[in-house]
Amino acid sequence: MLDSKIPAGPLEQKWVDYKGHVKLVNPANKRKLEVIVVGTGLAGASAAAALGELGYKVKAFCFQDSPRRAHSIAAQGGINAAKNYQNDGDSVFRLFYDTVKGGDYRAREANVHRLAEVSVNIIDQCVAQGVPFAREYGGLLNNRSFGGTQVKRTFYAAGQTGQQLLIGAYQAMERQVALGNVEMFSRHEMLDVVMVDGKARGIICRNLVNGELERHFGHAVLLCTGGYGNVFYLSTNAMGSNVTAAWKAHKKGAFFGNPCFTQIHPTCIPVSGDHQSKLTLMSESLRNDGRIWVPKKKDDTRKANDIPEEERDYYLERRYPAFGNLVPRDVASRAAKERCDAGYGVGTTKQAVYLDFKYNLINKYGKTEAGKLGIENPDTETLIRLGKEVVKEEYGNLFDMYEKITGENPYEVPMRIYPAVHYTMGGLWVDYELMTNVKGLYCLGEANFSDHGANRLGASALMQGLADGYFVIPYTIGNYLADEIATKPIPTTHEAFVQTEKAVADRINTLMNIKGKQTVESFHKRLGKIMWEKCGMARNAQGLQEAITEIQQLKKEFWSDVRIPGGIAEMNPELDKAGRVADFIELGELMCKDALNRNESCGGHFREESQTEEGEAKRDDVNFAYVAAWEYKGESNWELHKENLEFEVAKPTQRSYK
Amino acid sequence: MEHYMMNLTLKVWRQKNANDKGGFESYPVKNISSEMSFLEMIDVLNEELIRDGKDPIAFDHDCREGICGACSMYINGRPHGPWEQNTTCQLHMRAYKDGDTITIEPWRANAFPVIKDLVVDRSAFDRIIQAGGYISVNTGNAVDANAMPVEKDKADAAFAAAACIGCGACVAACKNSSALLFVSAKVSHLALLPQGSPERKSRALNMVAQMDKEGFGACTNTGACEAVCPKGISITNIARLNAEFSLAALVSQ
Repeated sequence: MLDSKIPAGPLEQKWVDYKGHVKLVNPANKRKLEVIVVGTGLAGASAAAALGELGYKVKAFCFQDSPRRAHSIAAQGGINAAKNYQNDGDSVFRLFYDTVKGGDYRAREANVHRLAEVSVNIIDQCVAQGVPFAREYGGLLNNRSFGGTQVKRTFYAAGQTGQQLLIGAYQAMERQVALGNVEMFSRHEMLDVVMVDGKARGIICRNLVNGELERHFGHAVLLCTGGYGNVFYLSTNAMGSNVTAAWKAHKKGAFFGNPCFTQIHPTCIPVSGDHQSKLTLMSESLRNDGRIWVPKKKDDTRKANDIPEEERDYYLERRYPAFGNLVPRDVASRAAKERCDAGYGVGTTKQAVYLDFKYNLINKYGKTEAGKLGIENPDTETLIRLGKEVVKEEYGNLFDMYEKITGENPYEVPMRIYPAVHYTMGGLWVDYELMTNVKGLYCLGEANFSDHGANRLGASALMQGLADGYFVIPYTIGNYLADEIATKPIPTTHEAFVQTEKAVADRINTLMNIKGKQTVESFHKRLGKIMWEKCGMARNAQGLQEAITEIQQLKKEFWSDVRIPGGIAEMNPELDKAGRVADFIELGELMCKDALNRNESCGGHFREESQTEEGEAKRDDVNFAYVAAWEYKGESNWELHKENLEFEVAKPTQRSYK
Repeated sequence: MEHYMMNLTLKVWRQKNANDKGGFESYPVKNISSEMSFLEMIDVLNEELIRDGKDPIAFDHDCREGICGACSMYINGRPHGPWEQNTTCQLHMRAYKDGDTITIEPWRANAFPVIKDLVVDRSAFDRIIQAGGYISVNTGNAVDANAMPVEKDKADAAFAAAACIGCGACVAACKNSSALLFVSAKVSHLALLPQGSPERKSRALNMVAQMDKEGFGACTNTGACEAVCPKGISITNIARLNAEFSLAALVSQ
């Protein structure tokens, strides 16, 4: 019953053939068709812009005060594309292959190949929009390398690539707003999908300024609402990032794919105390130039700069000589945890490792710059000074950010870093056309499950968000809407809108009337603690079973003792947050259930029961080469559907970066 | 970094909604760690207020890593507080010492009406972008990205201007509530690139017209905007906007 609608034919022809035969909607009919886009990050803004350009009537929604603030903005390092501008052997096939392998063979081949194909168009489009990517002196685009690959295919704009790409998409969307093709609703949060005759036909949302519920019709609904990393409370996500839109869709019938696939990013600033509200990423691109190490001696209390070279353990270079510091994220994160658990961690909490730039500052950049300037036999001080200038240009804003947060200067002392929740590969199950199993309900970007398997490679999230929005949905949505041209807009007085709005209002009333003693935040923190300890970097059956029981208990407590101040008909951020946390609690249970079911290790999902003798993740392709798509069947009750994954081109092998 | 604890007094602007007159209220906060961020300190206070059955302070915030531009507090008379090139969310409590009193207000500008407490409506910025802050290129029209080389100096300058996060600190700092630094950053970003060249004139004229329509004031030339900009957007962008605008106005007549 799960039809992924993958086109027939050879892998590299599928998308070409699909585009050649997909149904089209003529321009006059496009004007009569309304599309709702929820979320205005890279996927949502690019989809709204592209669909508006085509002539569809688009309504876009975001909970932030401006669409430009969606969390895609915070992406630092870069965006991949198979341009092969570096002449270093890159190709569409290699990007496809690296992504499937990096995802530990749990992604859908056809989707990934399409992603690699359109990656080149994204860079062209963004440059045409005025996205100021880094350039060489000759005026052409520059690239850097990222984890899990051996070519330089990452385009970047210093440490704020996400901001520049999002501003590009935002501006393209605002242009459509000005032209009347897109209507924008900021400070609006979607709280349910409206279903009419088995199809998604609209949404109920809450105006976050005055608290009013609103009904909006659409011939199709696109969820571009990002990931759910905040289920862990502490993550690199923005404070407002949430699962609510996707979760409401799930409860209306959309299957949730691989919910347990979460990415723990290896290089984040460590937790400093109980007051911590979020974690800050230090871009993976820093691993190009920073070397990761811990002292060779346990519980070494010396300062980093006082530990001599021969007493440092560059454990990634030691364990993975081929990829060294550029192993994929899941591998780097587990290796850091392993060292800290074994007692080699650094800093006051001992839950940190060093990321040290001194070597490359001197040897890579310092010497190159000295060479350019014709300085013979430069001393170390000169090399450091010259190297610093280059590093400042490449990563200046990241170094500044680190110093603001920690009070330490990373040009002088190594950064202290530790893994943190960063991205969720799981999400709503979608077919090749990005439609969920609910007709007319689409899901794009991080919110869907499709392209990254069990582990996402660096600089691929931006690529996927923009691929889905600019170059996939404009084609695939036509295949559905072509059959909808006779459907007149359904008035929002329709019974389905009335009923759905009533259910939303009832839930809000219930929440407000609990009038308990504990704050929303305190529940969120407790949920996060359960998830991090039992469904985090390492998982086992016993822990997961305990977590499920604990979460069910937490849910009961939440619904009987949460305290939400203020009223309904006003701006009330605590009420917004309460709705989101209630959904996170339910999602947390499903994640643990999925993690328990998947009795193998793959990518970011590490089951302690399934590892090699060297402690590496051990996949089980015989039993688990499938997408776990969960159907909601009522409280704490889900049915598992499997989409078997077939690898015709990228044949699964044990992933090795040694 | 040495870490210490402190007790503080906060004087916070409270305003129930757009129609409420609003006023300051004082709150003591205790046991604040120097390692906390400023917003985490507000979180601590809000948790206390909720437990005491009071209304927490509403404020805009999202990424908490200095890039989304949501946070917008006017702290002791300065947007985003005392640190240079910084956002409120990246301000950390080691900037303060035990016993300090901190006054916190929303952005003050006619074009940014207060919605509640410290939350203001900055949608005027979106409308200024709608007036011309883009390059008109439909998806799929682009040529190869390397077909048009861009001088590195110009690309770097365009990037520096594009680093604006649209927080509105420039407006809040200006005694005329001028939005010129914001507008000029966008005009510069796009005018410096060859891709943005065809629309240079209409862009400058339309964005400035929209800015005036929104009720932002005239430039004071005092540079308060540049001094508080969290992304270090240079005031030379305003000079560039003036040149762009003059040229466009001249030609259009």
